[in-house]
Formats: sequence, C-alpha cells, structure tokens
Amino acid sequence: MSENTDKSSTGAAILIENVTKRYGGGKKPAVDQLTLEIPAGQIVMFVGPSGCGKTTTLKMINRLIEPTEGRLIINGEDVTDINGDKLRRKIGYVIQAGGLLPHLTVAANIGLVPKMLGWDKSRIAERVDELLDLVSLDADTYRDRYPKELSGGQQQRVGVARALAADPPVLLMDEPFGAVDPITRQRLQDELINIQAELHKTIVCVTHDFDEAVKLGDWIAVFDEGARIVQYDTPEQILANPANEFVENFIGSGAGLKQLNFARVKDVDMRPGVIGRPEQKPAEVLELVTLAERRNAVILDQRDRPLAWLSREQLKRMTELPKTRDENLPLVSTGSTLNDALDSMLQASTGSAIVVGNRDQFQGLISVETVMNAIRELRENASRQQAPVGNNTGEIPRVNGHGDDAAEDEAGAGSHAAVRTGRHAAPGDQAPSAGGSAAEPASASAEPETTSGTPWAGTRPEQGSSAADGTPSGGAAENPDRPEGRP
Amino acid sequence: MSTASDSAALDTGRRQWTGLIVQPIVILLALGAVALWISNADLTDTERVTLSVSYLWGLTLEHLKLTVVAAVIVLVLAIPLGILLTRGPFRRYTTPVMAIANIGQSAPAIGLVVLFAFWLGFGFEATVVALILYAFLPVLGNTIVGLRGVDGRLIEAGRGMGMSAAAVLFKIELPLALPVMLAGIRTALVLLVGTATLGAFIDGGGLGLLITTGVNLALDKVLITGSLLVALLALTIDWIARLFEQVARPRGL
Repeated sequence: MSENTDKSSTGAAILIENVTKRYGGGKKPAVDQLTLEIPAGQIVMFVGPSGCGKTTTLKMINRLIEPTEGRLIINGEDVTDINGDKLRRKIGYVIQAGGLLPHLTVAANIGLVPKMLGWDKSRIAERVDELLDLVSLDADTYRDRYPKELSGGQQQRVGVARALAADPPVLLMDEPFGAVDPITRQRLQDELINIQAELHKTIVCVTHDFDEAVKLGDWIAVFDEGARIVQYDTPEQILANPANEFVENFIGSGAGLKQLNFARVKDVDMRPGVIGRPEQKPAEVLELVTLAERRNAVILDQRDRPLAWLSREQLKRMTELPKTRDENLPLVSTGSTLNDALDSMLQASTGSAIVVGNRDQFQGLISVETVMNAIRELRENASRQQAPVGNNTGEIPRVNGHGDDAAEDEAGAGSHAAVRTGRHAAPGDQAPSAGGSAAEPASASAEPETTSGTPWAGTRPEQGSSAADGTPSGGAAENPDRPEGRP
Repeated sequence: MSTASDSAALDTGRRQWTGLIVQPIVILLALGAVALWISNADLTDTERVTLSVSYLWGLTLEHLKLTVVAAVIVLVLAIPLGILLTRGPFRRYTTPVMAIANIGQSAPAIGLVVLFAFWLGFGFEATVVALILYAFLPVLGNTIVGLRGVDGRLIEAGRGMGMSAAAVLFKIELPLALPVMLAGIRTALVLLVGTATLGAFIDGGGLGLLITTGVNLALDKVLITGSLLVALLALTIDWIARLFEQVARPRGL
C-alpha cells in the first residue's frame, strides 16, 4: 500500500478564505463570507438542506463557479486568479451518475484529463488499466465499453476512476452516489473508503444524506442557508453533541444507532475461511472443509478475489469448481461499517458474509455473531469511543490540546492566524455561527498524533511535511478550524 | 435492464439498416421502369431530344449543382449561427433569429424564387439564394435544438475536468448534438431537391425544365419523366444522407 502511495500525490490542504458568492444584484448571497479549512488527505462532507449553498461552495473550490469575493488557497498557493481550466485539471471532479460522456468508451473517458495534460498514449493506456483495477472493474472487460453498456454503479466507478486519472491531490464529489440503489451505494461508499485508505486524497463531498456523511467523512460541515456553517466537526462529535436543534433535526432519529457506523469490519475479528482454487477438484476442497469442521469453502481466483462460496452439499454435487464470479455473493468490504455488514448478511440471509479488501481481495469471513459481539463491546466502550484521545478506526486522532499550541505558533501571521483567533475566541462571540459548537475543545486535533499510530501513519509523515510547506502551518492544515461564520 | 435496452437498440438499429438497404433497391427499380417505359414509348421528335439520356443527365447534374451549392452555403452559415445562438450572451437572440428563419421557410417557395429573380436577375444565383433561405430553418433549428438537448451535467463534467469552452463544444456538445443536426441537414437536402425544381421558372435550370416544358408544350411524357426523376433524385439524396447519419452517429449513443 505504501509503495503505491509513494508515487501518487496525496492530498493538499484547501483554504476557503472569506468567500462570498452573490448572484445578480442585491439579493441575499448564496455563500456568505465563508471561511473553511479543509485538512489535507482527509474527507470532508458538506451536508445541509437543499439550496443552502453547499454545492455552490464545492464548485467554487475548482472555480466552476467564480467567487464574488474572497480567496481560495490550495496547498498554500493562491489559486483565485490562475487559469480556471488549468486549475480544474489538477482537481478531480465526480458528479452524480458519473457524468460519463456517452460517445466515448470507458478508456477514453478515463483518459480525458491525462490527454489534455499531454501524456503519451501508452502511459494513458497503462493508467486506465491501473485505475479500472483500482475501482474493481476488470480492465479487459470494460475498457472498450460505452457508458450505456454499464450499470449505474459501474458508471459511477468509472466516474471516480476518471476523476483520479491524473492523480490530482484534491477530489471534489457532488452527490456522487445519489443516483444508485442503496445496496450499490453502500458498496461504492465502501470502495471509496478503501481507495482513500490507499491514496489519501483530500476529498470534499457534498451529500444530502447524513448517514453517508457519517460513514465517509473524517469531518462533517453542516451548512445552513447562505452556506453558513452550523457545525464543523468529526462525525462522532456531531452525533454526540449536536450544536443546536437544527443539527439535531438534520441528524434525524436514531443517532445512537448511527454511532454503530463508526466500527468497521476491519476492526473486528474475522474468521479465516477454507480456501479453494478453481483448478482444484471439488472433492479435495470438500476434504479441507470437513477437516476444518467448517460448512463452506470460498473459491478464489488467482488474484484472491472470491468467485464463489460453496457449502459441503454443493461441493459434493459438483464435478468442477466454478471459474466465473457468482454475482450474488454476500460481500462486505473491510471499510464497511458493521451496520452495512449486518445489512448485507440479512439481505443475503446467510448469517455471514465474505470480507474483501482493496481490489476485492479476500480477507476473511464475518458472521452475525461476530458483529453482535462487536456491537456489545462498542456499547460498553461507548464512553471511551467518545473520549478525545482518538480511536481505532482510522479517523483523525483527536484532542488533547498540547499539540495545538505548537501549531498555533507555527501558524504565525496572516489569514490562518485570523481564522484561528476566531476559533479560539470565546465561542460565545460567534453567536451568528449558530451557537458555536458544544464540542469546541474536543475538535482541536493534534499534529503529533496524526503522524503516528494511525492506520495512515505509513504515508502521513511526508504528507504532513508537504502540507507544512504548502500552508503557513501544517498544524493548521490538520485542524479544520471552526469557521468564523458570519461577521 | 441494460440487456433489454441493448436489444431494443439493436432492434431499431437493424430496422434502420434494413430500410437503408431497401430504399436504393426501390429507387433503382423505379429508375429502370422509367427507362423501360421511355425506350418503348412512341415519342415525337421533340420528346426524343428532350428525353435523351445525355440531356436528362445534364439536367440532373444542373439540378444537383443547385442543390449542393445551396446546401453547402446553408451549412456554412446555419451551423455556426446555431452554435453562436446557444452560447451564453447570444442565447437571447435565438427567438428573433428563429422567427426570421421561419419566414424564409413559411413563405411560398415559388414566391421567394420569383422575388429574388426580380432582385438579382434571372438565373443560377437568384435560384441559389432563394433555396438557401428555404433550407436555412431546418439546419439552424436542429443545430440549436441538438445543442440545447445536450445534458447540462455533461457540459459541467467537461468544464469540471478542465476542458476549455471550445473543447467542450467540439468534444462534447457537437458530437452529442450530431444525430439531431444530421436529421436537420437531411430534411434540408430533401427540401432543396424538391424546391430546386422551381429554378426552371427563373432560368435556373435543373430537372424543373422537364416539368415546365411538359406543361407548356403539353408533352405528358416529358412532364411525367421530369416529376419522377425529381422524386427519385430526392429519394437518392435522402438515402445518401441517411447512410451518412448512420455511419457518422457517434457510437455509444
């Protein structure tokens, strides 16, 4: 994983500084003096009611919509006035239903940006295959297909691959999974989590689905009309301490249940499965299953992707193991939440499911009992989960204050200082920003924490330093400030 | 789901190809019948001269020249105008321009032809100008409709990837609008072949001469031959245009 990250560029921090967007004359601005910091290499979810300006804000990051006032700083560079087309080639953009060009093949769609950047043909072809593999589509099968020959989920995957084509540090997603059915959506979300675990892009994603925000986001920004930030914090904190009634309403019912979304499949104990290969004889595999006192065997292809899941009875009946993939396999990904895993198992009525990791590689098996145990543990440890020190899920380790001061010093003068001062001012001063945030102190993340001990640790150091080069303060970049909200 | 729509698409595709094969056969059979009929008919001297192969061929070429010259000018003018009228600031002129184009289309063709003859003098140029006015609307209209029909999200996706406005126009909008635009061009061509007949009234030449001669001199065989040839020429042009549509239609649509 880390060797992959070495050659690809990881995320860049984004600073939206005092940005206003006004349409027409004297009307109320769509985005009203918004200041927002998006930490490098993390997923920030924009949620809010429709028409609140979250999409406008997103589109101002790649300047599809030009801000009326304010600055836009990406990776320390002021990009407010540079050529918009050139800027957008360096920012991945994913829209609902993929936005694939119907008259171009999958390969041509993915190759669009590299072609604009002047890559040679063989390099583009290589990259296309690499990306199709990354989004779990077989390159030989799908490369030359046209979008209409793909399912909605596959189109969306190609859309993500296209956005990643030129390896941009930043990825913008505008309700990416809004147009697919719930089961496909869940798989796509899982895949995005896996991809992010591998690539560490800075991802900004607009959604109207709070559950999606909780599932995907390292940070969630809750918007109200005029792109006013009501709360900007980790999903855990927002669920545990919603800033006000507006946020509470937005979370909807079952906040407690939603917290189950924080435990992921990779955090629980998976059982190893009995593995068979298509070229083996069914009898051989059956013997292994019997020997291991198990009921089923998983058949994997050469690249360890599950093809089928066969019971003893099925094995007895078969003369040859299947070589093609059973499309109805109950698959969950290591990045899936336990909630999703449970859903999949219930839907498949199997009582257990196959866990796959990056590129659909087999990881193990998970059963309902495993999930139930984990949920019980989770409940017992609920208070610990919300403790500020951090967690075991790969989210940002949080709070403890001490690193924050150092970051503060580094931040020095300039806009960051202004932002940070705003944040550190008494929360009461910021009444217009919707009552500030109950979770204020808890949100201060600490730089030292992020560079060690997390699943991202392998790649974080160099990324951290690049963020430090880019912005006045790496610490600031790691720390989405509570935005000032309105003046 | 996708297989159903695939097979449906395949089905319509097959039907279109069948039509494309049947049409030229019908045209050739009809042409053969006309030839057979003329060669066996009892002709007067005038008729024999008028219906000789070389004379008919000459008229057909004249007719085609009128059509092609007018068509090329229409394409060169109407398509860029249509593109312009779908670009941001010019969008508001769409309605007035379409209204003017509509006048050209709805004015009786014969009236247009004669009017332009009095203005520009009798002959080829006047005919071509009248024809251009007449065929302008379908091309302009379909260019605008086709471009407007392109899914705005695809345009945004293009811009979002960093394509310039021009790149979006040439790589996304025009390819996607092409089927509708081609249908408009085909309509215009067929209109042109038919209307070019009226060129004979103002000395513009073409197969219309057979019809005017036939009417003026009461030569029924000449009149009938002329009408049939114009109809067959229109069908041939229509077939060629259809063939082109089929080939040029971007795959994947």
